[in-house]
Amino acid sequence: MKVTVRFFASVKESLGTEAEVIELPAGVSTVAAVRAHLRARGGAWSETLAETRRVTAAVNQDMAKPSAAVKAGDEVAFFPPVTGG
Amino acid sequence: MQREDFDLSKEVDALRRDPKVGAIASFVGQVREVGMTLEHYPGMTEKALAGIVEEAKARWQVKDCTVIHRYGELAPTDQIVLVAVASAHRGDAFAACEFIMDYLKTQAPFWKKEAGKGWVEAKASDDAAAERWAQDKKPERKAG
Repeated sequence: MKVTVRFFASVKESLGTEAEVIELPAGVSTVAAVRAHLRARGGAWSETLAETRRVTAAVNQDMAKPSAAVKAGDEVAFFPPVTGG
Repeated sequence: MQREDFDLSKEVDALRRDPKVGAIASFVGQVREVGMTLEHYPGMTEKALAGIVEEAKARWQVKDCTVIHRYGELAPTDQIVLVAVASAHRGDAFAACEFIMDYLKTQAPFWKKEAGKGWVEAKASDDAAAERWAQDKKPERKAG
């Protein structure tokens, strides 16, 4: 299935990209699995999305836990902890 | 969400029209010391802020509420954020205003990048500030 992945702030800068439509292999159906799938690209991807890094996710523009479901057509975003206000 | 500055007195004045309003609490955040660029997640930001305001309305008696957050390039002393809450009484207005700010700090997708310093790190104290509202029970209200 296809999903749109988006990146913001320091995550976007480290990865050098802000959005991409990707085809997920069967079985990749949670936020944590999407993150692991991207991490497997290696290089900046494995570093920026490493499990030890504090990276927050959103699905369809709602904050999402690692266990949150990801469906075809969803927008999945990864970004650092927010610092507004 | 806007790049432009805002006028506190105009925004507060707009909340005064309802004769049932007896208290307006407002908070303004401004850039401290170092200029910055504020990035946000268009679409999600609006959704997150609307959700936070809804939550405040569920917890306290809020007549009306204005939240303005700027993005883009900001210089020291520039205003960043305004939260103004109108209520019948000050207790609800103060609490809802502080709640909205605390949640905004940890839930709304904004990121600050300081000029010459890089991305601002999230603070544990902000998480703790938001967390104390999660532990709070909705205050009980007497009928009538």
